[in-house]
Amino acid sequence: MPVLATTIDAGWYLVLASLIFTIGAAGLLTRRNVLVMFMCVELMLNAVNLTFVTFARELNDIRGQVIVFFILAVAAAEVAVGLAIIVAIFRRRRGATADDLDLLKDPTA
Amino acid sequence: MSGSRDLLHLAWIIPALPLFGAAFLLLFGKRIGEPVSGWIATALMALAFVWSCVMLMALLDLPMEMRASVLNTNALWSWMPAGALHVDMGTFADPLSITWALLVTGVGTLIHLYSIGYMHGDERYSRFFAYLNLFAASMLILVLGSNFLVTFLGWEGVGLCSYLLISFWFERNSAAVAGKKAFVTNRVGDVGFLLAMFLIFASYGTLNYSAVGPGAHAVSSGTATAIALLLLLAACGKSAQIPLHLWLPDAMEGPTPVSALIHAATMVTAGVFVLCRAHPFLDVSDAGTVVAWVGGITALLAGTVAILQPDIKRALAYSTVSQLGYMFLAVGIHAYAAAVFMVLCHAFYKGCLFLGSGSVIHGNHDVQDMRVMGGFKKYMPYTAFAMVVAWLAIAGVPPLSGFFSKDEIISQAFLRDEYALWVVAILAAAFTAVYMTRLIFLTFYGNERFRVADGPNGAAAGHEALPVISGGSDDDIAVLDHAADAGEVDPDSDPSPTVAYGDPVPEPNGHPPHEAPGLMVLPVMVLAFLAAVAGILNLPFSSMEWLNKFLEPSFRGVPDVKPDSFAQGFGLEMLTFAIAACGIFFAYKLYKKGLEHADRDPLDVKLGGLAHVFGNAYYYDHGISKLVGGPGRAVASWLDRVVDTKVIDGAVNGVGGFFKLLSRGVQEIQDGHVRRYAMGIAIGTVGILLYVVLWIGR
Repeated sequence: MPVLATTIDAGWYLVLASLIFTIGAAGLLTRRNVLVMFMCVELMLNAVNLTFVTFARELNDIRGQVIVFFILAVAAAEVAVGLAIIVAIFRRRRGATADDLDLLKDPTA
Repeated sequence: MSGSRDLLHLAWIIPALPLFGAAFLLLFGKRIGEPVSGWIATALMALAFVWSCVMLMALLDLPMEMRASVLNTNALWSWMPAGALHVDMGTFADPLSITWALLVTGVGTLIHLYSIGYMHGDERYSRFFAYLNLFAASMLILVLGSNFLVTFLGWEGVGLCSYLLISFWFERNSAAVAGKKAFVTNRVGDVGFLLAMFLIFASYGTLNYSAVGPGAHAVSSGTATAIALLLLLAACGKSAQIPLHLWLPDAMEGPTPVSALIHAATMVTAGVFVLCRAHPFLDVSDAGTVVAWVGGITALLAGTVAILQPDIKRALAYSTVSQLGYMFLAVGIHAYAAAVFMVLCHAFYKGCLFLGSGSVIHGNHDVQDMRVMGGFKKYMPYTAFAMVVAWLAIAGVPPLSGFFSKDEIISQAFLRDEYALWVVAILAAAFTAVYMTRLIFLTFYGNERFRVADGPNGAAAGHEALPVISGGSDDDIAVLDHAADAGEVDPDSDPSPTVAYGDPVPEPNGHPPHEAPGLMVLPVMVLAFLAAVAGILNLPFSSMEWLNKFLEPSFRGVPDVKPDSFAQGFGLEMLTFAIAACGIFFAYKLYKKGLEHADRDPLDVKLGGLAHVFGNAYYYDHGISKLVGGPGRAVASWLDRVVDTKVIDGAVNGVGGFFKLLSRGVQEIQDGHVRRYAMGIAIGTVGILLYVVLWIGR
């Protein structure tokens, strides 16, 4: 390893990943804006990706990276669908928050 | 030799060709349009016929004892591997199935060709050919299937196509109703087929023909009788035998090529085919007696009904029912080869008669009532010639095909000591001669009753210039549920062209008919030729019974009964012919000049009170309509009102209500707030993690 003087310890990556995940989870639970909540979900997903890559390097196992590819692909598909839904919601009712969208409950309850 | 067997394994190509045609025409038919889609369908049928001929060659190449061998089965793929039940999608090529395949593809090709002309200008032209091809494919699957279930697939397929084609002109209420009636009546028979299959599977553990055939002796004769009778019920539905015959006359609402192909030449013989296929069950049980009597009674009663029908197609329909009765009679007395011979000859002459009647109706401006026809020979000589040939064939005049095929059955009844059946069959033959002679003379000979200005003749005296309305008459038997339909549809808006006995004579249309175009004349001529010469397939001389010999491997173990001497055989056939000749002469005397009064049939007058019974088909259809429409409907509505809403719905809703009650508390959690759900997931995840880390991970 002549180019890099030191390699960063895997622990730091995991700490960063857990931080990002926590930010995402907290945002998801506290924010009302659907779009922001959606971004938070993306944060959580990428935090998990980071964890996978870290362990893949650490354990010298390619499977972690493969899983990341799958997550990326699924996330891309999910973004396409999710954004479409959000756009549709915003067209229908301006400025709706997540708490207003409660149509799935049992109306008689 | 093994090359021929490999070739026989390619029998699946025969149904595949029209099946492809049906799919192709359903998808692209509208874009292709007329007349190309008709030609495509016809070409595929012709190819299927060519391939059937190849199969015949391959079969003939095999030695006699190998022709019905199990090895001729080709399992294409495993269809239903379900535990003990394993069903393959496969074909079985033996003399019986190949004979039928040749018949279906050969006659089918001619009728496809005819339809190109007949359906000219129809708005659903290409769909008609798609259905015709689908029908042919289903029928071929039925006959070539390697087990009962594949046959049942084809069986249901032809039923569906029959429904689609009877009500092809569904804008007309009577056509839609007739289609429904055919479908529902066939379902009654299908119950028999299904139960028979259950019994066969329970007894043998398989549905394959190859395994069931030789092993029929292994089951008790009670089981064999039950299977045979259930198959008879199925066959009665498909082949329009008493008591399930009532749908076939109404099926004449469909386009005439359909009547010819499905309701005369091929589909209605499916019942005979299945009984022939299942002959081991008949051989070891006494069910054959029932089959023979169902056939004999049907042949006679349908013959008595046919003699008074004013509608040309309806008369032919009852004639078909009657002729099918002969085939059942032959199957019942174990003369299977005679039944198959009759199926072939009947397809030729009845196909010719139906297509000819189609040309008559086509040329006669869509009027089907024979009471306003007459003298057509002058205007459509080719059609007249072909139909006269077919008439002589069906009436049993030597040396045409009907003489050999029908007399073979009648003689066999005598030779197998079934004297009562023999008498019934001879009587039916006399009626056949009468109604066919009447039909030919009313249509092609005698006075020209289509002319209006006949003055004193007064064909339409006393009748308004009404179109014939079957829906309005008391004797209407096409409509099962008068009450329900009368309110919905105005019967005058689009009257049915079919005429029932007792309907008023329509106003003559005044124009002479015209000959059909060449495309329609050609198939009729070919069929007439075949009807004339098909007898050579199975001449009653020991060295010339080619069909009998060819079919022998498929009917192994069935005793062949021959007349004691040539004189006995000859005498029997001459006796039958003499009686048929009496029938012809009798009808000729009555109808040679046509009808003096269009509304007075001389036979009707002669028969007196009996005429109403015959003409109205023994009021059977009427009675069934009353029964189903009255008490049947009451029972059904009671079931609907009480059993369905209270018992069944009650049980279903009760289960739902019970769980709803149970979940009342938990229900509050499901409030539809996404963030609350997310919080639930988060808390749950944290909880599980804590559990894992603190308790398990320790």
